[in-house]
Amino acid sequence: MQSVSSMARAAVAMLTLSTAVLLVAGCAAPAAPEQQNVDAKAAEVLKSSFVERGQAKLDRLDQDETQRLCTQAGTKMPAKDVAEKIEKLNLAAIPWPADGKYLGDWKNGEKIAQEGRGKQYSDDPQGPVGGNCYACHQLTKEEVSFGTIGPSLYNFGKLRGYTADMQKYAYGKVFNAEAYAACTNMPRFGQHGILSEQQIKDVVALLMDPNSPVNK
Amino acid sequence: MPLRVALVAGLAAMVGTSLAQTSTEEGIAQYREALQGGNPAELWEARGEDLWKQPAGPSKTSLERCDLGLGPGMVKGAYAQLPRYFADADRVMDLETRLVWCRVKLQGMSEADAKKNPFGAGNDHKSDLEALVAYVTSESRGVKMNVPLAHPKEREMYALGQRMFFYRGGTHDFACATCHGDTGKRIRLQDLPNLTTIEGAQKAYTTWPAYRVSQGELRSFEWRLNDCFRQQRFPELAYTSDAAIALTTFLARNANGAAYDGPAIKR
Repeated sequence: MQSVSSMARAAVAMLTLSTAVLLVAGCAAPAAPEQQNVDAKAAEVLKSSFVERGQAKLDRLDQDETQRLCTQAGTKMPAKDVAEKIEKLNLAAIPWPADGKYLGDWKNGEKIAQEGRGKQYSDDPQGPVGGNCYACHQLTKEEVSFGTIGPSLYNFGKLRGYTADMQKYAYGKVFNAEAYAACTNMPRFGQHGILSEQQIKDVVALLMDPNSPVNK
Repeated sequence: MPLRVALVAGLAAMVGTSLAQTSTEEGIAQYREALQGGNPAELWEARGEDLWKQPAGPSKTSLERCDLGLGPGMVKGAYAQLPRYFADADRVMDLETRLVWCRVKLQGMSEADAKKNPFGAGNDHKSDLEALVAYVTSESRGVKMNVPLAHPKEREMYALGQRMFFYRGGTHDFACATCHGDTGKRIRLQDLPNLTTIEGAQKAYTTWPAYRVSQGELRSFEWRLNDCFRQQRFPELAYTSDAAIALTTFLARNANGAAYDGPAIKR
């Protein structure tokens, strides 16, 4: 399959045709100055091209360190040292539950997994906020409308074992997936306040409770 | 559980999963095939042609002298070469930005009036812009995409669109690439084109605008971008903004070489 990255590189290179010296440098170095200029210009144009609406204010375009580093990485996974940096800073940011418990109510977890609303400017700010897990993951046999951006989580606990370590891992992954896989497609549900601690425990129960339909 | 038993159980679970996925995909394919019988986009195309030819605005002028890039009044094949740089505006423009420009310059509308109601909402709120988009795009059906990158500003827009495609932000860390950077993925039951490949960009771009069955509306390409960003949890993408034009330039150029096949019909 032909990639567009070669075309993109060509377009970026053509931008610098007026400065032949930079063109040579641009072909040799991945983080050449003109690429940084394109990044800065892209961020500036984005800022001027959006308007706040409902709960979605313009500060949603402001990037934190993780978003900035992953944007720079583009389609490619980040370099090993960058990935380690991202995972370390995100792992350190997880506030583990004070009660040391990770399992909530799987029935409520299923509702959260089904709920696609929340945080869009079209959503009622007082209305429900879900995890929309089914958008990307298979979870139960019963729900056939599931996406495939993420791996199937059917039999998640059954295949991995219902251990305390696995419960904690599942909690951390839902709370802040960047702590385990830098530049993953998965949102940081706890880190960004999308889901509450209790909601995340309910989702963990959906994955890890032996009675959950995920493990049937 | 002994290891062997666990392995067998795991395999059985995986086989079950793949069977479920196959029947799901067959169902989606059948639905898509059933849609192809008739396309209500024709209604928008016909209304758009009338709007194009009727005198309108304070100047009581039609849009028949509007230059979409191939010269005043040349509609045939024009969409297949958009976005492009327009010297009179000193700006790269996509179709919708150019339509607004012509409504202002030829028909004498204020910019606010020319941009009003870009996306329709039922019979009481029909969008003239979406109808015009349907007409103009239908006049490129079968024409090979040939978006130019000759002008420095066209190359700049392409490069900016490419960067924006990978720009992560918002509460969910989403970029365009989150959903459109891999091949063969779905969100719920909806197939997601991989817009980082030539094949994916060609198939997706050449089938917009589209009549959306789920909405009963014909939707323009700027609507497509606008609603993607809504679901990305970004603020609202402004109509005819540079980000909209940059992303359109990136995707349209990547579709070069494929025959334009819209307005299409989609779920």
